[in-house]
Amino acid sequence: MAKTQSKKKKQSDEVPRIGVYVCHCGTNIAGSVNIGEVVEFSKNIKNVSVVREHMYLCSEQGQNMIKDDIKKEGVTRVVAACCSPRTHEEIFRKTLNSGNLNKYLYEQVNIRDQCSWPHFKDKDNATNKAKQLVKSGIYRASELEPLQDRKLSVLKSCLVIGGGISGINAALDLARSGYHVYLVERNPSIGGKMAQLDKTFPTNDCSACILAPMMVEVSNTSNIELLTYSEIEYVSGHIGKYHITVRKKQTSVDWEKCNGCGDCSIVCPVKVDNEFNCNMDKRKAVYIQFQQAIPMKAVVDKKKCVKCKLCEKRCQVGAIDISKNEDEFIEFDVGSIIATTGYDLFDPNKKAEYDYDHPNVITSLELERMMCASGPTKGEILRPSDGRKPHTISFIQCVGSRDEKTNDYCSRICCTYSIKHARLLKEKYPDMDIYIHYIDLRCFGKGYEEYYRIAREKGVKFIRGRISQIDSIGDRLEVSGDDDTLGEQISVIADLVVLAVAMESSKGAKKLANLLNISTDKTGFFKEIHPKLKPVSTDSDGIFIAGACQGPKEIPDAVSQGKAAASAASSLMSKGEIEIEPLFAQITEDLCAKCRTCESLCTYKAIKYTDEDKMEVDIALCKGCGVCSAACPSGAIKANHFTNKQVRMQILALTEGIH
Amino acid sequence: MSKFEPNIIGFVCNWCTYAGADLAGSSRYSYPPNIKLIRLMCSGRVDPAFILETFARGADGVFVGGCHIPTDCHYQQGNFKALKRVTMLKKLISEMGIEPERLEIFWISASEGKRFSEVMTSFTDKIRELGPNPLKV
Repeated sequence: MAKTQSKKKKQSDEVPRIGVYVCHCGTNIAGSVNIGEVVEFSKNIKNVSVVREHMYLCSEQGQNMIKDDIKKEGVTRVVAACCSPRTHEEIFRKTLNSGNLNKYLYEQVNIRDQCSWPHFKDKDNATNKAKQLVKSGIYRASELEPLQDRKLSVLKSCLVIGGGISGINAALDLARSGYHVYLVERNPSIGGKMAQLDKTFPTNDCSACILAPMMVEVSNTSNIELLTYSEIEYVSGHIGKYHITVRKKQTSVDWEKCNGCGDCSIVCPVKVDNEFNCNMDKRKAVYIQFQQAIPMKAVVDKKKCVKCKLCEKRCQVGAIDISKNEDEFIEFDVGSIIATTGYDLFDPNKKAEYDYDHPNVITSLELERMMCASGPTKGEILRPSDGRKPHTISFIQCVGSRDEKTNDYCSRICCTYSIKHARLLKEKYPDMDIYIHYIDLRCFGKGYEEYYRIAREKGVKFIRGRISQIDSIGDRLEVSGDDDTLGEQISVIADLVVLAVAMESSKGAKKLANLLNISTDKTGFFKEIHPKLKPVSTDSDGIFIAGACQGPKEIPDAVSQGKAAASAASSLMSKGEIEIEPLFAQITEDLCAKCRTCESLCTYKAIKYTDEDKMEVDIALCKGCGVCSAACPSGAIKANHFTNKQVRMQILALTEGIH
Repeated sequence: MSKFEPNIIGFVCNWCTYAGADLAGSSRYSYPPNIKLIRLMCSGRVDPAFILETFARGADGVFVGGCHIPTDCHYQQGNFKALKRVTMLKKLISEMGIEPERLEIFWISASEGKRFSEVMTSFTDKIRELGPNPLKV
């Protein structure tokens, strides 16, 4: 024990012995940075004792090289010149740890993302800049101090936001593992967009038949607390203990009493557009969202209700009280959060050339509702204008996707869902003429290509080329555009046009991102930390994302991500305790004048003036932003790992000798 | 005499602008190699003394990079604190004979790789136009 202590003392007191490791990253770095020059340059910098290069520093071999130097060469600081610390810092910190060197004595210099990649055309300047950045890292490393991780206890409960297929899977997996789950859904029922689908590709199994049993399981699982018709109002706290406030919107129906009989809807005189059926029919102002709703409870639409109280009188269990107006607020704490808030569909009104105002131009989801036995037409395909069966249907792909004017990205699912529609229609109405106008067919998933081939065999006509215009001709529609294969203009006279609209980030996504303190990408979808390696993690620790809120995806991927997020949350919560970076503020009492500037600036109320005439940092609350340290007039606040000394050494390195 | 190439130093937050620079790199959006970054957890960590010292040591341009106002800051309000400090410092450095345009604050998010390269290019052009830091001459 005594030996370890003396070793630790050595690490901070003696003249640092810095090991510098320059990574080639294959040709990613070595392709445009002269590694040899960077190595030679680094050797002449103060406190540097070892400089080595490696083809792939993050490989086992590369990491062992560092460990060996710590052991044999007595390296006490490690500088790796490689990729971004945002992805690889943790890996090398572990290397130091296993080499018995405090992991905070590590500095990573990002010569890949900041030198070789952006300056790939200019090897000399990329190399010069790499040298400067490595020097800055070495100077900073000289001032690094050993730090100990903080331990935080983690509550064994999780908030899942959004009750679609992804959220349902996340909630069930966590509940089965023994965690307490709060599942919050904005709508009266869980089920999400999948509940609106008739059949699902590539197996054509009925959506309700595979979804409904899972929804029932959610309501039957005792450790899932289901909060529907509710939204997240406020989130505070930190990983391990987030404090959540949920706004439970007023339903005017006592759900303890409501038995879901639906009598209230029968007597209600107010007819309202039915969102669940894409506004193609009407629901009542008091309603149950859909036939398989979970929970099967009525809701009064407070905006549409005329307060006639007929429902109140009709309800045999006395569950309705129209006079109730106030929303309810529910508060609880959770250890982790999973956001699975799904998507919205592109508004085709933004593409005026497709004449969505015309009653016979509909979206794919509208068609889906028509095809569904519980939909507005009870499963019959009828033209909205006259209720007649269409003979010719044109599907137009990439409406609001792969389009510079709307969304650049590919929405991924539209090709296969249009093929699904075409196949189902051909099976039901073999004499129907069906055209699919596409740019490229992207049937990428398991079994999807085979699924497409069957559609061709059934006689669905696939025409490659963009559609430029839809015009009405009498009671029919002229679909005009290109046929790229024939290299000519075409026009198809159709009875019904179906627009394959893209998935977009949901309208509330930005607001929720702000509440959760997570990032969105340029298209408004939630941003993962790393698209390949950390697909469900966000830049807020303990908060995960899954499903279409992260980007367009089909049901299998949404389910996989829901399960992945549950697994990530579970591995965080399972021990009941985690270690987190000690990046908090520390006050040097001797220097502190108790001016209390820091106290007023701290967003997290982590600094307090105590009864003993001292300023104190509550390290459970401190997030380590360093705002206080930057403001302290006497320099009494040290921002761990980003101290004044450490930053000033970098300033020195980047300005020294550059005149 | 060789052509003047400015030395520009950016203090950037870990969550937005540093990540935006990563994305610029991985998307191969190029920008002048004159730009060198110092990573901090938050733009609110940038002590005014850091900026003054950087100019005093001869840097030709300095910028602070943070998350978009009003709501994107990883630490809720650090970006506002940085904005206040930079606004104050612009006045202060002009009193010292340094053109206030040599100091800027930019909001660049983690998803704005292209914007990072565009902003860095135009800032470098601006500093090139202004010439060397007057404290050096």
